Amino acid sequence: MNIDPSEIVYFEWGFVRITATLVFTWVTMLILAVGSYMVTRKISVEDEISEGKISKGQNILAALVETINNQIKQISRQEPGKYLPFIGTLFIFIFFANVLSIIPGYISPTGSLNTTIALSLCVFVSVPIYGISDRGIGGYLKEYIKPTFIMLPFNIISELSRTLSLAIRLYGNVMSTGIIVAILLGVIPLFFPVIIQALGLLTGVIQAYIFAILAIVYIASATENKKRKT
Amino acid sequence: MDNIGLIGMVSIIMAGLTIAVGSIAPAIGEGNSVSQALKSIAQQPDEANTISRTLFVGLAMIESTAIYCFVVSMILLFANPFWNMVIG
Repeated sequence: MNIDPSEIVYFEWGFVRITATLVFTWVTMLILAVGSYMVTRKISVEDEISEGKISKGQNILAALVETINNQIKQISRQEPGKYLPFIGTLFIFIFFANVLSIIPGYISPTGSLNTTIALSLCVFVSVPIYGISDRGIGGYLKEYIKPTFIMLPFNIISELSRTLSLAIRLYGNVMSTGIIVAILLGVIPLFFPVIIQALGLLTGVIQAYIFAILAIVYIASATENKKRKT
Repeated sequence: MDNIGLIGMVSIIMAGLTIAVGSIAPAIGEGNSVSQALKSIAQQPDEANTISRTLFVGLAMIESTAIYCFVVSMILLFANPFWNMVIG
């Protein structure tokens, strides 16, 4: 049994190695990109001319963006415009990677430690970027020596360890579902794997949500601005 | 007993122990937090949205300790790094 889809190698040439993780990441990206393109190709505004005819896809996408916007606004208590592209992309990618895993043959790319570490490195890099753009280099670095100078190493360690825990949390949750289903198929093959699979869907959705929320929380803690203190 | 048998035995026993011991504390913690959240929802049903959102985030944070133990035990069982030292 393999616990990481990166062990399945489709093609290898020199240092170029096409693994299952890579292929299914591309499949997910393709589905998302083509889906969004099909929806936004004929986008319409609700007014007298179009007589309020808005396609189903546009409704769904609008509702999704609106929901993410509201969540970011509630949690970070800042205007979500700056954060929406990054957080929204993270959420939608992880969400679809987890949900599509009920399709037979689809290996979820988030069940690989490589993908999750890459995603959490994105968060790791984006925290200083948003922090510096919001309050300048001095203001951002000053956060590290709060409340006293002694806390400097602990702040740095927490920065690193939360990145690692973000990656391993997502990986462990997605991978565990697959492993448990595989084990149960050997023990009780009739009905129980379906229940675990449904539970895995729930876990996948919640983990996508948690990943996005934690990313907002980390970014918001670096960009805490004046509005909040008043 | 030769090295391979020893490593296999120790890995299996430790994998079981890791997940057994490591899931006790997160289970207690999750139980506590859920019961507190239910109490506060019963007291303030208007705040149910905020409470349940915070609860989910908190549960995921607590659960991650158990997930770490699970990952370690899975590595011991299926991707044991010590096999290569003996076989290779």
